[in-house]
Amino acid sequence: MLLLLSPWLAGFSLFFAYPLVMSAYLSFNHYDLLSPPRWVGLANYRYLFTVDPQVWTAVKNTLWLIGVMVPLQVLFAFGIALMLARAKAGAGVFRTIFYLPALAPPVAATLGFVFILNPATGPVNTILGHLGINGPLWFQDPAWSKPSLTILAIWGVGNTMVIFLAAILDVPRHLYESAALDGAGPLQRLRWVTLPTISPVILFAVILGVIGGLQYFTQAYVAAGVASGQASQAADVTSGNLGYPLDSTLVYPVLLYVHGFSDFQMGYASAMAMLLLVVSFAVTLVIVVNSRKWVHQGSAAK
Amino acid sequence: MTAVPSAAAVVRRRRVPAAVRRRRLLLAVANHSVLVGVAVAFLAPFALITLTALMTSSQALSPRLWPHPFRWHNFVDVFTTVPFWRWTLNTLEYSVLGTLGVVVSSVPVAYALARLQFKGRQAMFMIVLVALMLPPQVTVVPLYVMWAKFHPFGFQFIGTLWPVILPNWLGDAFSIFLLRQFFLTIPEEYLDAARVDGCGELRILSTVVTRLARPAIVAVALFSFLYTFNDFFLPLLYAGEAPHHWVLSIGLSEFRSLHQVQWNLTMAATLLVMAPVIVIFFLAQKAFVEGVTLTGVKG
Repeated sequence: MLLLLSPWLAGFSLFFAYPLVMSAYLSFNHYDLLSPPRWVGLANYRYLFTVDPQVWTAVKNTLWLIGVMVPLQVLFAFGIALMLARAKAGAGVFRTIFYLPALAPPVAATLGFVFILNPATGPVNTILGHLGINGPLWFQDPAWSKPSLTILAIWGVGNTMVIFLAAILDVPRHLYESAALDGAGPLQRLRWVTLPTISPVILFAVILGVIGGLQYFTQAYVAAGVASGQASQAADVTSGNLGYPLDSTLVYPVLLYVHGFSDFQMGYASAMAMLLLVVSFAVTLVIVVNSRKWVHQGSAAK
Repeated sequence: MTAVPSAAAVVRRRRVPAAVRRRRLLLAVANHSVLVGVAVAFLAPFALITLTALMTSSQALSPRLWPHPFRWHNFVDVFTTVPFWRWTLNTLEYSVLGTLGVVVSSVPVAYALARLQFKGRQAMFMIVLVALMLPPQVTVVPLYVMWAKFHPFGFQFIGTLWPVILPNWLGDAFSIFLLRQFFLTIPEEYLDAARVDGCGELRILSTVVTRLARPAIVAVALFSFLYTFNDFFLPLLYAGEAPHHWVLSIGLSEFRSLHQVQWNLTMAATLLVMAPVIVIFFLAQKAFVEGVTLTGVKG
């Protein structure tokens, strides 16, 4: 038995427990990887909470993702799943089409979208132009960069959609039939039969979405780098462009990356990591505790 | 109890008036129109990327949507202008070795957590769940320091892919979770029968369980292949500055910095990176959908 568990025990201690403890320790130190760590007490945290001008921006951007992008993703996935569940013809083909973008590697998908949404000559603005609409500047405009990332995220929502679809198709038919007998219309059946029955799956999707939102990195990093290169024609993708345009895509993990692996302030980056850890746990806990009110605890929730 | 609603439904179905039937048809048409609209929007990015990949460099910067002439040579140019082969090989090294590691190391752990009685099993499962929820950024700094300071016989880990490959050989939280959920559904009788026949737990695991849990193991292998193939954050940290150590995701993100503003080549490379994943999906579509459903419904 110990033999069965040994890989995990080793992995857990080496890649989970040790770095967690070490992260906490380093967060009280000044450490640049070259000279040994120097104890500085709470200085990193003081700087994090009161001085660093970019932290607040990064926190706001990440909160935007969790407050706007994640709910839109869940809503969209749910809507598509509902329509797919009612589709009489071609449900399999539609399911494949909606799932496919979820597979696109994030870097490739982001590059594709930065090009398609390129303000001057990109295909989307060209088509909008033919329709007499003056397209926005998308990834070049601080007000549109996060919505552009949201469109990209919705495009890749296939996983959630497939999970919702399976859950909706799993709702026992007799529940709908008895609701219909009681005179419930389609909307009422959705509200009082479908939603309560699949609520554990919705909770699962929300938690995964929020966790994904907290670690959202790749798309923001790549979009900022490529869009800024596009604007300056310098085609120079370095960390100096992160957050482009005007820090509007500077999400918390990107800022952590800048401090840790571009400036090599390992102590300060550890303090940022500890804050992320606490917030991740707090957010997950709040959702789980709150969910007792709306998640159906029937036989489905095992 | 069950007979009542179904009998009523039969009665109801017989008496559907023409007006209701027309309304249902209309709803179905509306439903399908929306689905077709969304499907077109979902396919459009693939189409636009493909069209641009076939343009000349100057066309890609013009508002034209249709390539003229079709430049198939772009796909060859991708391999000659950047070390695309090298990136592909590096990516495969990470994906294949990483996936193998995940499967080999996670199956026994998941089996122990699902099927064996021992003290601390619940606590261990909780830790797996916590590890699953933890953002990778939380542990990334000390791990980087660890790999940077660890150089046995003068071997430098930073600048190679080993710091991202090796951890996969020591269990992966998501795979352990998914496999455990599946192992729980295997009827105990099968395992007991094997035990009566004198099989040890290791033997049971390597014969009975792996055979019964094949769909779940295939799903885990697929997911971890995809995850490693797509991974950007960890290779970005460890692979370093030298382009011949990069994986496809990093190479692609730096593509334009290596070769100015060649959108046509960039899109050709983008398509080439997307292609293997999409091919694998069509080859293993059933396993995929089963796997995704497994993560959600049984969670």
